[in-house]
Formats: sequence, structure tokens, C-alpha cells
Amino acid sequence: MRDPLSATIKTIKPSGIRKFFDIASEMKDVISLGVGEPDFDTPWHIRDEGIYSLERGRTFYTSNTGLKELRSEICHYLKRRIGVEYDADKEVMVTVGGSEGIDIAMRAMLDPGDEVLIPQPSYVSYEPCCILAGGKPVIIELKEENEFRLTAQELEDAITERTKLLVLPFPNNPTGAIMERHDLEAIAKVIEKHDIFVLSDEIYSELSYKEDHVSITQLPGMRERTVLINGFSKAYAMTGWRLGYACAPEVILKQMLKIHQFAIMCAPTTSQYAAIEALKNGDADVAEMRDAYNQRRRFLMERFREMGLKCFEPYGAFYVFPSVKEFGLTSDEFAMRFVQEEHVAVVPGTAFGNSGEGYLRISYAYSIENLRLALERMERFIRKLRA
Amino acid sequence: MLREEILKNIEKDSRVDLHELAVRLGATDEVIASEMKQMEEEGVICGYHTMIDWEKTEMESVTALIEVRCTLQRGQGFDRIAERIYMYPEVKSVYLISGGYDLLVTLEGRSIKEVSSFVSDKLSTLENVLSTATHFILKKYKDHGTIMAKKSEDERQVITP
Repeated sequence: MRDPLSATIKTIKPSGIRKFFDIASEMKDVISLGVGEPDFDTPWHIRDEGIYSLERGRTFYTSNTGLKELRSEICHYLKRRIGVEYDADKEVMVTVGGSEGIDIAMRAMLDPGDEVLIPQPSYVSYEPCCILAGGKPVIIELKEENEFRLTAQELEDAITERTKLLVLPFPNNPTGAIMERHDLEAIAKVIEKHDIFVLSDEIYSELSYKEDHVSITQLPGMRERTVLINGFSKAYAMTGWRLGYACAPEVILKQMLKIHQFAIMCAPTTSQYAAIEALKNGDADVAEMRDAYNQRRRFLMERFREMGLKCFEPYGAFYVFPSVKEFGLTSDEFAMRFVQEEHVAVVPGTAFGNSGEGYLRISYAYSIENLRLALERMERFIRKLRA
Repeated sequence: MLREEILKNIEKDSRVDLHELAVRLGATDEVIASEMKQMEEEGVICGYHTMIDWEKTEMESVTALIEVRCTLQRGQGFDRIAERIYMYPEVKSVYLISGGYDLLVTLEGRSIKEVSSFVSDKLSTLENVLSTATHFILKKYKDHGTIMAKKSEDERQVITP
């Protein structure tokens, strides 16, 4: 029989998380700090609107771009939160999670051989999506000494004549790093100078603990060259609803919509109705969850300090990214022994790119009680390693 | 703001370690301790109680909600009659209510009989009480923001990107 597979798909490695998932799921008393989604349930009033839409029999397709009311609410929200205006009819589309937006933006923008700058450590899907869209991923290795922010110099050094697009994943999964206004201003100059585009994945925008999140679209000249990705999963604890959105200049969005229209048709209708409620009346829920995450973040940082574990202070998302370099183990070895000996599951930094070597991603989307228990085990484990 | 943050936390867990609370709120131990002391003195913090689901214990106990309609005494409003009611130790709470009746009283007793005799012997015989309606609680699903009916489990996948 002939090989049924494409040459491209065979070049893509399976996710590095799988191995730990298999081990951790088989253990009974494992404490996991490995989850990339909120521990909160979707606020009830939002769920209630989803249920109500089903009761009313709203079970049909929506328009390809998504419900008009939802797109308008997205525009109001962006105006309110970041002060950037989008045209609800031409510049906004509702997607199946932020992930779909990443995929279709790359497919709409890349030609074979176009280079895409991907800062790492970062979320696992940018690189495969780029490859599948025919692009060539060029990795920028972010550094702890810069708090895992992207510097203008790093960007400048990575740009070639083939560079088309920069992925900007902040607040960042897995490091928790943010980009403040001055950081963005510095890279905006380079972006403009080389006339490249930006895919700004701002899915964690509501989880920023130092100052309000700054979007690159707020800077002069940037909105015109940026595809903004956001969604409901992290801010409103709605991961399972699979709902996100993309905002971009009409010339790009129109083509993204074409892919979406043929591949997806439309985002889930029930989720869209629930999302309208989230944007209209969910601000207080977001603030409450953000406060809870922030308390856990401070708690973790203090515990690391007590243990003498090196960790830069992250101000975004719900991850901390401590260094385990002092133990002479790779991230993978550390994580493997930690789960086997102490039954705590964390994700090795290398799952998010080679530059994650020497680090662990620890999620604080868990109750304080859970974190407290896991950190007791971590302290014991570290003491054993140091002895 | 800090006060409210402290209160929100200890309302859920009054046994929280104060140093840990200080860390979580980004304040010093001293500030937290002095705020708590002040709030105790001002009566903002009225006590540190424990939520107990007595149904899971050997103790027999019933809780009743009693609607009370009263007549008012000149110049005294509801405060006087409320006091007469809340002084009984078996009374757990007394609220002044708008609408169809005046006071809502919650009462805990060992048995239905005990509650009934309190209502007929003590409550109804008070001079200003016009009438009462007693509702016995059959099952507590949620109390003080805590769901008692079931324990929630983490149903998320163990590890996700």
C-alpha cells in the first residue's frame, strides 16, 4: 500500500506533554499542577444563558462570522478594556477557541517559505500551525534575564528578508511573562521598520497582575498590521465552550473568514449566546477570579523563596516558571522523578520549546489547599535532591 | 480595599494562617494583624464560627424558619419585640423583613416537639406577637455560600497544554 500520509504531517512531533499525562493519569493520589485551564466553573449566569438558548431552540448555525450581537459586544469590550476600535461587521470574527484563530490567521497570511518568528517558551500550537500553513518557523529563544520578555534586539537579530509574521504570545503560557507598554514600544519600532505583521495571542489578557494588560494594537500604526486573538476560555473560565475571536484589518479578516467558512462553518451557537452574557455582565466575575489567582501567585512565589528555589516573578496568566538548573537534572528528569517519587505532576519547560530547558511550568489554577499540599511535597523533594 | 480582601478570605476560611494571608494579599503580617484587631473592636468581625452539617452527626437537631407578625408599641418600633425574641438562646437569628410579615426567626431545637413548644409556649404568647407560621427545614442544600449536598471534584484532564 502507498503511504497514506503527507510528508509535512510526519515532520510534526507529537506534544511533549503526552508522556506525563499517561503517567499521571494512572496514579491514584497524584496532585496535578499541570493543568492549563481555570479551576473555576463558568459563572452560573453565563451557563444559564447557554441553557436558556437551548430551551428557546436556538440550535441552528449562526452566520459564519458569528452572532451580530456577540461581535458588537466584543467591540464594546475591546473599546472598554484596551481602547481600540474594531468594526463589528468587517473586522471581527468568532472562532472555535483562540486556537482556531491562530491556525486560520497563519493559513491566510503565509506563502511557502515565509518565515514566522515564534518566541519560545510558548504555547505548543504556533509551530505546528505555521508548518501546516507552509511557513517556516524561526524560533526566538527568550531569556530569564529579560523575564522572558521579547526585546527589540532579539527581534531585530531574528528578522530576515523572508520574515512575514511575528507571533506575540503575552501574557505568556508557560512562563507567565508579560510585555509592558515600554517593551511593546521598543519592538513596535522594529516591526514597522521591517514591515512585518503580528499575530498577537492575548488569550490571557485579563490575567495581568502588575498593571492592566497592554495590547500591541494600542500603539500607533500597529492595529493595521496585527491579528488580535482572544477568547473566553481563560477570562471567563469557559474552556469547554470552545469560543474565541479574532480581530484584524478587513483585508486579512476577509480571507481568514473564507477558511473558517469552509472548514468550520460557525462557532458553537450555544456558546455564542453564553458569551454575550459573559461580555455584558461578567466583569465582576473576571475581577474576582483575577484576585484569587493573584493571591495564589504571591503565595507560590513566597513558598519558592522559602525553599530557595530560583524563580523570576511572573505577572501574567496562571503559571510560574521556576528554574531547576541547580539540581543538575534536565526539566524532563526532574518532572519525571517528581511525579514518580512525590506524585506531583508538573510540565517540563521543554514541552514549550528547547529554551524551556532547566525550567518547570507550574500552574496555579488550583485551590490554595491543593497548592499548599503540592508545595510541601516539592519542598521535601528538593531537600532530598540537595542532600 | 485591604479590609474587604481580608474579610472575603476569612469569611471562607476563618482559620487561615495570618502570615499566609499577608503573603497572599501582598501586605505585612503586622498590617493584617492590626486590621483584624480593629475590625474585631469595631464589630465588623463578629465571631469566628464553624460551619457544621449536624445531619452528618449523631446529634438530633431540627431547624425551623418562623414568620412572625407583630403589633407595634408606641415609640418603640420593632427593636423591643425583636430583643424579646433574640434573647432566647435557642433562637439563632432574627431579621426584620419587608413584605407579608415582620420578623423572620430561625430556631434550632432537638426535635420538632421542642420547636413547637417553644413557638406555642413562648413566642406566640408574647404580648405583641399577632401570629406565627412555622416552617421546618427538611434538607440543607447550601448554607452560608457553602454547598452541602455534594462535594465537587476536579474533573479536568490531569495535564493540558
